[in-house]
Amino acid sequence: MSTLAPALQQIGSTAQTLRVAVPIAALLALVPLVLPPYGAILLAYGLVMAIGALGFNLLLGYTGLLSFGHSAYFGVGAYAVALMVKYLKVGSMELFLVGAIAASVLITALFGVVCVRYTRIFFGILTLALSQVLWSLAFKFFWVTGGTDGLRVPTPSLFGGLVTGAGDKTAFMSHAYYYYVLIMFCACAALMWVIVNSPFGMALQAIRDNETRAEFVGVRIWRYRWVAFLVSGVFTGLAGALWVPLNGLTTPDIMHWTFSGEIVFMTVLGGFRSFAGPIIGAIVFNYLKTYAIGYTVYWQLLLGTVLVVLVLSLPTGIVGTAGKLAAKFRARSSG
Amino acid sequence: MSLLVTKDLVKWFGDTHAVDHVNFTVRDSEVLALIGSNGAGKTTLVNLISGLFRPDGGQILFRDADVTHQSVHGRIKAGIARSFQLVNLFDQLSALDNVALTIFSRDGKTRNLATLASGDSAVWDEAADILRLFGLEAKARMLAGGVSQGERKLLDVAVAYALRPKLLFLDEPTSGVSTREKAPIMDTITSVVRSTGISAAIIEHDMDVVFNYSDRIVAMHQGTILADGTPDEIRRNEAVTTTLIGTTETR
Repeated sequence: MSTLAPALQQIGSTAQTLRVAVPIAALLALVPLVLPPYGAILLAYGLVMAIGALGFNLLLGYTGLLSFGHSAYFGVGAYAVALMVKYLKVGSMELFLVGAIAASVLITALFGVVCVRYTRIFFGILTLALSQVLWSLAFKFFWVTGGTDGLRVPTPSLFGGLVTGAGDKTAFMSHAYYYYVLIMFCACAALMWVIVNSPFGMALQAIRDNETRAEFVGVRIWRYRWVAFLVSGVFTGLAGALWVPLNGLTTPDIMHWTFSGEIVFMTVLGGFRSFAGPIIGAIVFNYLKTYAIGYTVYWQLLLGTVLVVLVLSLPTGIVGTAGKLAAKFRARSSG
Repeated sequence: MSLLVTKDLVKWFGDTHAVDHVNFTVRDSEVLALIGSNGAGKTTLVNLISGLFRPDGGQILFRDADVTHQSVHGRIKAGIARSFQLVNLFDQLSALDNVALTIFSRDGKTRNLATLASGDSAVWDEAADILRLFGLEAKARMLAGGVSQGERKLLDVAVAYALRPKLLFLDEPTSGVSTREKAPIMDTITSVVRSTGISAAIIEHDMDVVFNYSDRIVAMHQGTILADGTPDEIRRNEAVTTTLIGTTETR
């Protein structure tokens, strides 16, 4: 066996990923041209949630930590934008992103110090409790956060003011903003791909598989978990910042633990053992939720039933099941 | 020359003296066997030296430096590595990834999250070389959780070896494998250890393995050192024979 073979094979798998990812990105770029505005906006929501789910899955799928508090970081991103509008009169999307990233870094760095010393149920409960603290702050400090009324966020300007939201908001959201979200999604997905395939990403997977052994090969467990927590929270905060101009309003609901549950659900639905799982899960979940809400007032019952059936019938998620079916098909056609 | 010295090392679990004022030495470039019945304190001693447990008393000197209060990472950097009695691997990573990750960690490269691991061909080359050294090159692409028990034992040692230690503790490297597999596993391990000039301290229950592969034997009993000597000296030691290896004559 050539000693270079392993490295070359891994580079090959990256090239293989690009061969799949580039046509999908091209197809996504065609969406505003072929779908009605509502369809493009709906997909923009899905892509935004996919960024959040990608961040969440760095902890669940790659580090083995189940967070029930990612609504907090999503909310921090969204509220950072809303507060910049309210107090600083900022209207630039780039400044929103900078502010949201700074706020997410601050909060996740702090929460991470508390949480990463624990695993399993203790980690889950701690993340949930801390997110509920932020939710109650957003709920009670109404003179700052607007309470249950929330805070409005007007249409931002994009690319340093080159594109403004003046005029038809629907057209802006379904075209200019959709492309902005798509660019951010592609950048975030590429960045996360590099992170999970970096030596750091390998160390996280080692911690997930066997914490004791990871320590005995020199991996500093808490430190690596903390960095993963930070990166995960920042991705989710970024998603919150991109979400709030789409929605036009942020309320404490997005910091509630039930929203954390949605992030968990979309990731499990897509399949947390694969890179693409959370992306597919977020987009599918977004469509399911939107259509369930439009179909009946008992949408939570309908959505819950559909999701239970999906998870029971697809235990490895949509992507995991698709992979298994493809492997079976390949085996049958080659045999 | 002594590589590792423990002075009056003590570890209590409640009222039990798991390690009771143990003065233990590992010399340069030797293969040492640590024997004793279950509960004698062998694994606790290794856990104390490798940093998994904190001692309740005593001192650990490695290459004349006091490492008693150093972290696991500090001891790894100093040159102490270990394998585990129950194989401890990253089961969802391939055999090659297990070794490569260890090399990345050893070289301080796991801090890097901005470049693809696959691009560092020096690491992958070294990982492939280590697998070849342990006869595992054919299993490089298999998940560590999917190889046979004997191969997992070897991979466990290969992972520890990838840290380039000066002293390698191996906790029962042949437990749970068939009698037929024991000799090839020990041949491979001792050949790697001797060819690189490092020291190995092997906890082992199988007396054939102990007497065939070690230069020196330390026998433990109830948390203390019962005897210390060459295989011939230990074979002739009456205290050891009666308490620990009463069955050797029947082997």
